[in-house]
Amino acid sequence: MSQALALEDLLAAQHVWRGRPVAKPASGQPTGNPALDAALPSGGWPERSLIEILLGADGVGEIDLLMPTLARITQAKRTVVLIAPPYIPYAPAWQTRGVVLRHLDIVEADAKHSLWAFEQCLRSGSCAAVIGWPQQIDNHGLRRLQVAADTGHALGFAVRDRKHLDNPSPAALRLEISLNRQVSIRKCKGGVAPARSFPIALCH
Amino acid sequence: MLWACIIFPHMGLDSVLRRHPEPNKPLAIVGGTAQRREIVAVNDAAKAAGLRPGQRLAAAHALLSHFAAVEHDERARERWQGFLAAWAYRFSSQVCAEWPSAIALEAKASFNIMGQWPAFERRLRQNLSDLGFRHRIALAPTAHAARILAGVQDGLAVLDDAQLRNTVGRVPVRRACLPDDAGDRLHKMGIRHLRQLFDLPRDSLRRRFGIELLSYLDRLLGVTPELLTCYRPPDIFDLRIELSYEVENHQALLFPIRRMTSDLAAYLAGRDGGVQAFVLHLEHEDHPATHVAVGLLSPEREPSMLFELTRGRIERISIPKPVVALRLVASQLPPFVPEAHDLFNERPAHAVPWPQLRERLRARLGNDAVYQVASRTDPRPEHAWRRDDRTQAVVELDRPARPTWLLPRPIPLRDPRPVILAGPERLESGWWDGGDARRDYYVIETSRGQRAWAFCAVGAQGPWMLHGWFA
Repeated sequence: MSQALALEDLLAAQHVWRGRPVAKPASGQPTGNPALDAALPSGGWPERSLIEILLGADGVGEIDLLMPTLARITQAKRTVVLIAPPYIPYAPAWQTRGVVLRHLDIVEADAKHSLWAFEQCLRSGSCAAVIGWPQQIDNHGLRRLQVAADTGHALGFAVRDRKHLDNPSPAALRLEISLNRQVSIRKCKGGVAPARSFPIALCH
Repeated sequence: MLWACIIFPHMGLDSVLRRHPEPNKPLAIVGGTAQRREIVAVNDAAKAAGLRPGQRLAAAHALLSHFAAVEHDERARERWQGFLAAWAYRFSSQVCAEWPSAIALEAKASFNIMGQWPAFERRLRQNLSDLGFRHRIALAPTAHAARILAGVQDGLAVLDDAQLRNTVGRVPVRRACLPDDAGDRLHKMGIRHLRQLFDLPRDSLRRRFGIELLSYLDRLLGVTPELLTCYRPPDIFDLRIELSYEVENHQALLFPIRRMTSDLAAYLAGRDGGVQAFVLHLEHEDHPATHVAVGLLSPEREPSMLFELTRGRIERISIPKPVVALRLVASQLPPFVPEAHDLFNERPAHAVPWPQLRERLRARLGNDAVYQVASRTDPRPEHAWRRDDRTQAVVELDRPARPTWLLPRPIPLRDPRPVILAGPERLESGWWDGGDARRDYYVIETSRGQRAWAFCAVGAQGPWMLHGWFA
């Protein structure tokens, strides 16, 4: 390596291939929130992947964030499954917000079986979106869910406590909902997470 | 008409072997009286060791110290005949099962759907091999002719009447299933083949053998119509398997159960129906049978799915005593409509359909584990929804804002600084059914930023009872 080459010469001779940013294919799963869509690298939910939603307490807008997506999917006659929700999905409210209840199924399970059910539903390929509330799940478990979502071409939403934010996660997208109904992107695969936060549209 | 006749030369043995976990070990079916026990049938491994039908059981034990002995069951033949007739009913609407160990089915009318004869025959053979029955198949313009041809040579196919007389003529008289002992008598008279019999004058034949022989020959050649009793499928599926050993763990039950569920699926496919509920009886010695009920939300008939569901149910029960026999009874057999798929189906190729996945979840998590919700017109929040497996009418009501989460029962809301965002909304209802409620509902923001749906006594503002979250 005695001979030094000028970088410009190499580039001019076109011997070096320089990666250029390639526009990712637009997502077929818009979030229903135009500002959030614009900030996400694929212009919507990352398809076939696990999405983590982290929050400090229940009832800060996590369902409002998902509601446009759920309404769109159930209206397209695809199945949405809730795995062991912490409360009763209140039928009149979900219906008023545009969800077709006939395509919404709820699975009751204890903590141990809910992960199994979550993975089964994601992997099956018959559910368009699966929402779960995994309490005790490690990195390995999350990776399993991510692989299952990829296999089954499904959107997986894992709603978890904010304290897990510091732990790394294999999820393609991590969103944090803060107290004043603002959602901020903490990790997004294929792009840089923007610093700003987005208000959650009020659905009621 | 073209009739296919399938002869099962080893029906009794096959029906035992097909659900035996080790069919390659020596096995013999033992029958006879208590004083004179003798071998009725043996499998290949036992035959290689020198066992043969008609042998005394003691002699067999002297030849081979270890072999599985299965009790001969006279009624089993009838049951399996019925099972095979139900199977054949899938291929033809005219199935005749009145001859022992033989099934005849009218094939020509099914050619359009099943394909021409060689393809149709391959299909029958494939199916029978899967079911575990050895067989011989022949095709002829009459059922009687097909039966004797199948007895003589496997795979014969006579497609037109002109060939029939010629082919049947070469069959030895003793193997032509002639009425009474006519076959033997003719053989002793020096008449060896049917061709010679056809050439004899009818008058003298009638004098010597009676009118039955002549009418049999006429039916055989299709001169007079055949009178056959057609099989009609029963409306209940009931299959019982006696285990040759006592089973105490679940794992060993799975093999016979897999056979039973696939038999059920075969029967359902023949009926073009599905099953909505069936019961598996585990029979014990000196103990009432354990019932395992398998219920489905919608009719199904996929063999692997039925097996998996039964397996899920079986694994959840405990077996109190060793199991000696299994019985599967399916009485609810509604029509089955396969799920319609999009022509341009964008789902992955290995996708499990939702009804199947739902049944798998129910089998593991419990019958009530998967449900849907529907709204009702009752103004009281706890009565305005219901669990529902089949959502019927959609109720559309113009209500003020309702929370997406409802708590199973209201709990006190303890918050230092609740902020009222909306309200009150007074709900006063239910005086007619005893669940009287008078409440003022408010939308409240808690100090942690949660949006709560809480109520308090009429006219007061606190203490708050939390009833839902605007999540």
